[in-house]
Amino acid sequence: MLTLTHYLILSAILFSIGILGVIRRKNLLMLFFSTEILLNAVNIGFVAVSKFYGDLSGQIFSFFIIAVAASEVAVGLGLLVLWYKRSGSIDLDSIMMMKG
Amino acid sequence: MFEVIAFYMFSALVIGMFGIVVMSKNALYAMSALAGGMIFISGFFFLLDAEFLGVVQIVVYTGAVMALYAFGMMFFDTTRDVKEDIRYEKIVYTLSFLSAIFILFIFLAPIYSTKVQAIYPSIEGLGNIQTLGLILFTKYLVQFELAAIMLLVAMIAGIVLVSKKMELKPDDEKEIL
Repeated sequence: MLTLTHYLILSAILFSIGILGVIRRKNLLMLFFSTEILLNAVNIGFVAVSKFYGDLSGQIFSFFIIAVAASEVAVGLGLLVLWYKRSGSIDLDSIMMMKG
Repeated sequence: MFEVIAFYMFSALVIGMFGIVVMSKNALYAMSALAGGMIFISGFFFLLDAEFLGVVQIVVYTGAVMALYAFGMMFFDTTRDVKEDIRYEKIVYTLSFLSAIFILFIFLAPIYSTKVQAIYPSIEGLGNIQTLGLILFTKYLVQFELAAIMLLVAMIAGIVLVSKKMELKPDDEKEIL
């Protein structure tokens, strides 16, 4: 029988995959993909809690998270294209202008 | 029984797909795997009786977000492998899994308390979509309108950023930024 713990563990696994991608990747497009994974992992957690506690707030919140993800992609991809036209590279190291 | 089989099958598929996204060197493969993973995630939403969210997941993520990425990738050279200068592999893996475990504990600690009570319980006799609409358009109306404004702003920002002076050469674009 499936319990809340199953879904939360799955959500945590997906979240750690996303974090691994965010830390490991140097390409900005791949970083965007990893953030999508993070948002989706959180969505699964919210919906699972919403189901097992009989409360619909979790679904509402994941609905808003989807809206945030959609607008994040629109703005982020616009900035990415602009940066690519300007510098010819979408590598994360090309943005490192201050030597920190 | 059917639920359990579906859960484990979808888990394996989603973890595999997202593993490809994180590990693949080719941007096109990563994008296709991400689109597949998004569709498999909607399977969990159907398993959890959130039909509306499952449909929204397919429509918004696979329909809109991945199409946007596909259009955005026309600007980049995707046939080449992504060149990445990855250093300090061991530190990266250790740090990522340590932080993931910390985040897991942070999220699990409040859930295992017994004082969680349903504020908006699902109503008997109404389906998922009706109940969601009732709550969304009464308690969360302001947030809903704010999300609409946010999407409008994001759309305008995307159009302005991408389409501005498309015909110019990169050298002439210094005045944009």
